[in-house]
Amino acid sequence: MIRLDKVSKTFSAGSTALSDISLNVEKGEFVFLVGPTGSGKTTVFRLLIRQMLPSKGSIVVGGWDILKLPHRKLPNLRKKIGVVFQDLKLLFDRTVFENIMLPLEVVGVRQEEAKKRVGEVMSQVGISNHRNKFPIQLSGGELQRTAIARALALSPDILLADEPTGNLDPATSNEIVKLLSEINKKGTTIVMATHNVEVVNKFAKRVVALDKGRLTKDEKKGKYAAAS
Amino acid sequence: MQRHLKTAWHHIRRYPYQTSAAVLIMTLTFFVISAFTFIILGSSKIISFFESKPQVTAFFREETKQENIDALKDQLNATGKVAAIRFVSKQEAIELYTQQNKDDPLLLEFVTADILPASLEISTVKIDDLSGISEMLKQSPFVENVIFQKDVVSTLTAWTSAIRKIGVALIAGLSLVSIFIMATIIGIKISHKKEEIEIMRLIGATSWYVRWPFLFEGVFYAVLGAFLGWFVASGVLLYATPFLSTFLQGVPLLPVPPLFLLGLLGVEFLFAIILSIFSSFLAVLRYLK
Repeated sequence: MIRLDKVSKTFSAGSTALSDISLNVEKGEFVFLVGPTGSGKTTVFRLLIRQMLPSKGSIVVGGWDILKLPHRKLPNLRKKIGVVFQDLKLLFDRTVFENIMLPLEVVGVRQEEAKKRVGEVMSQVGISNHRNKFPIQLSGGELQRTAIARALALSPDILLADEPTGNLDPATSNEIVKLLSEINKKGTTIVMATHNVEVVNKFAKRVVALDKGRLTKDEKKGKYAAAS
Repeated sequence: MQRHLKTAWHHIRRYPYQTSAAVLIMTLTFFVISAFTFIILGSSKIISFFESKPQVTAFFREETKQENIDALKDQLNATGKVAAIRFVSKQEAIELYTQQNKDDPLLLEFVTADILPASLEISTVKIDDLSGISEMLKQSPFVENVIFQKDVVSTLTAWTSAIRKIGVALIAGLSLVSIFIMATIIGIKISHKKEEIEIMRLIGATSWYVRWPFLFEGVFYAVLGAFLGWFVASGVLLYATPFLSTFLQGVPLLPVPPLFLLGLLGVEFLFAIILSIFSSFLAVLRYLK
């Protein structure tokens, strides 16, 4: 489903974000991408949705060769990948319902069908009662759920979640990861970037560790020690 | 499409000052376009009216016989420059004189048909041919005096030409200013929406999905401005019609037919749409890289 082959990313200022990373994620897998801040987790996500291009190597996502993908086909790729961004990227002047509706509007789903789908994902992530609230009226956990619901709206094959438990208390963090696990059980491939040791160790999924842009560990049902 | 229209309407309502600025500049541009269209077409009609009137009048000597007058008429027709010739006999001249001075018995008392000479009223196809015809008439031994209105028409033509040039320059200048102001306003709106646009792109929006609302927004400003500019200019014209009709007595110009005004509005809408698409595109290409 996701294949990175000897991928490196160097920025124009000369700093290296990723060095020679090779990674394979199969369909339906749940992968924790762990590592300290600045280890390159977000860069991996940005490469996967072609928000930037690698300096070296090749990337294939859901059958799309990222480097060869024409610019006009980029929306097609992004519709197949749901992303929960680290800063959530919710629109604060739109309600929860309108935020989740956005991806469906973008692809031109009919109004009635779109409303039905929004209702479904809101119920799936447990925010049905916040339908008409604005993001500013929600708690951290509810904001995360809204972002997850928006990422799920188009029933993507892959869900990338960048630090979805970043600013949450342990209980809410657990709820969010449980929710992602449930989504994964329905067949969606999930890659979750985190540096939350407790969450990673509790859920015992595949762990891919990055440090200073290098892949340092790749274990099935792995553990994460913050110092590693 | 309905979604794009809804988004465009949302943008328009959200920033009332920018919306007002865009609509006002468009209103000003289309007011000037409408006003100069009225002035240019009106003055052209006035010139045509004067050009169609007898331009040269030749007064005959007392002893001139009808066959000499007929010979001169044939000679004039043979030049091919003459549009129409009208013979005014002594009797017709006195009737005309009586009609024009019916309220002044003193002037009528001493004038008889013997005093007033017979004349020919000649209009030319082109105004430039007036001098040649006038010279030709002066050389005739039967013609006592020649008068013609070339100076009046020439002055009018010069004025119309100048007005046309000023109008074209003003319209071109204002159109350019409108394009830049609209592009800047839409550009500012794109900058305000930068984050939203980035999010939309990240979740799979195509470039056109992002562009459409801004294009519609530009079209809205231009079409509303065109209507308001046309409405004000037409209103002023209709208000001034009674006064202008008195001033331009005899010229078949006023009142302006409603169909002409609607036709002008249609043409202005078309121009507004072209202008707005151009300026919106300029903004979209500049700010939505």
